[in-house]
Amino acid sequence: MSLYSFAVNTTARLIPMHWQIEGVEALLKLKKRTIGERPVPTFVETPVADVATLKLHEIDVSNPFLFRQNQWQAYFKRLRDEAPVHFQKNSPFGPFWSVTRYDDIVFVDKNHELFSAEPIIFLGDRPEGLALETFIAMDPPKHDVQRKAVQGVVAPQNLKQMEALIRARAAEVLDGLPLDEPFDWVQKVSIELTGRMLATLLDFPYEKRHLLTYWSDLIGGMPETTGGEYGDKQEIFAAAKDMSRHFAALWYDKKARKDAGEAASFDLISLMQNSEDSKNLIERPLEFMGNLSLLIVGGNDTTRNSMTGGVLALNENPAEFAKLKANPALIPNMVSEIIRWQTPLAYMRRVAKQDVELGGQTIKKGDKVLMWYVSGNRDERKIDQPDAFIIDRKGARNHLSFGFGIHRCMGNRLAEMQLRILWEELLKRFDSIDVVGEPERVQSNFVKGYSRMMVKLRAKT
Amino acid sequence: MPSITFVEHDGTEHAVAIEPGQSLMQLATDNMIPGIDADCGGECACGTCHVIVGAQWFEQTGRVGDDERQMLEMTPEAEANSRLACQIEASASLDGMIVRLPEFQM
Repeated sequence: MSLYSFAVNTTARLIPMHWQIEGVEALLKLKKRTIGERPVPTFVETPVADVATLKLHEIDVSNPFLFRQNQWQAYFKRLRDEAPVHFQKNSPFGPFWSVTRYDDIVFVDKNHELFSAEPIIFLGDRPEGLALETFIAMDPPKHDVQRKAVQGVVAPQNLKQMEALIRARAAEVLDGLPLDEPFDWVQKVSIELTGRMLATLLDFPYEKRHLLTYWSDLIGGMPETTGGEYGDKQEIFAAAKDMSRHFAALWYDKKARKDAGEAASFDLISLMQNSEDSKNLIERPLEFMGNLSLLIVGGNDTTRNSMTGGVLALNENPAEFAKLKANPALIPNMVSEIIRWQTPLAYMRRVAKQDVELGGQTIKKGDKVLMWYVSGNRDERKIDQPDAFIIDRKGARNHLSFGFGIHRCMGNRLAEMQLRILWEELLKRFDSIDVVGEPERVQSNFVKGYSRMMVKLRAKT
Repeated sequence: MPSITFVEHDGTEHAVAIEPGQSLMQLATDNMIPGIDADCGGECACGTCHVIVGAQWFEQTGRVGDDERQMLEMTPEAEANSRLACQIEASASLDGMIVRLPEFQM
């Protein structure tokens, strides 16, 4: 445990978490005035260069506008073909390696004794004062203990019980959508459905569910970590305080009800309180906040952008939509294909724990390594016609979007279920879902997603 | 013909012929056994070919590797005789073996 974690955990017994955050913020302001702060990169959008005009060493896939401008495919194809293990010396995030072929990515993901997930899975380091600790960015044995404490919330047995509730909430959203007039699918469907899901999993006050989405967007969207748009430190600290207040209140409310003998419910905080290893998690604020942040980010951008991406993919491939309508039994296979085609989280980061030879290169101990799932999922060496969207693709489940190895996505079954239910309910109601105009994409090197996509629905006759 | 029987969670049995040298996961997917997802294709990296081996056969399925054990620990459905089917090599000596499938693959 670092000195910082120790100090935070010790004082947590005496001081509420949001006061601690206030203290850290005040210290940072003082440091900014005296010794200065760590520089935060700023990103100004310019047109992304044609990758064919660049020398290999000039290729920088940390550029947060590659996805925004939908230019990523040519960049990663060039890396896969010419430099599958590629070093970028001078990115705004510092030097880093890119691993872009499917098999090499599986190698890195599987070998957690060679590649550490600590201390963060974004390319850029954690912002000063917000060094949260989460199990996705921990190595064994600590990782194993913390993951086990919460994975039950998304275990299939639990999901079976939640399916009817998820379906009812999806139906409610879809029944309220306008017909024959354009509306923003991202806001009205993707964000709304994922927000409801998160509130259900956390048993978070339902009427405040938009806060979960907002916090998650901030956590995943900071410029220093992912090249995102949320650079206002004051706003971020205010959100962190608000989030800690809400989650602490939720924790103590659950605890009181448990102590009063109320039956245990399946929500995440109850599960944490029922596990020996995490029942006092609130006394370790960096882990408490870190793991909750992980679960809201993990369940937010991912499913949201797959919900939008699926509609876009079917619009770009009308023959596949016809195939789907003729045979709705293809939905589960299509869900896997959507998750591959979209790859809502583009990469995960590792740090080499020793020198490793890979693809003819030597990755030095301490170097950052990005496993570009988004590229491996389009690797011609592994996947037939990788850029095509084929809803009855053979082996559609063999994609990288959930990662492999001990950090494999914990919510994969929940994600698949949500998408399956969405498409089952959509096909019952609508004859067509037409994308109107070009979608707007998110600024990030990590989240491959959409900020706006106008669509028009036609009811089933 | 030597065979292995997969028993689905609902009790449905599927006997498949042993092809020596293939993994149990490959046998299952080649014979379209429902309930074996094999998301990683046999890399011991996803845990979705989880099977529970009959106690009398467990020793004969070989050693559980460290990475296999770690993947199995991630599923709440794991039992003492759990294995990943991709890590068991089929051979004539496993003739008559019965493996159960969990209710869900994680």
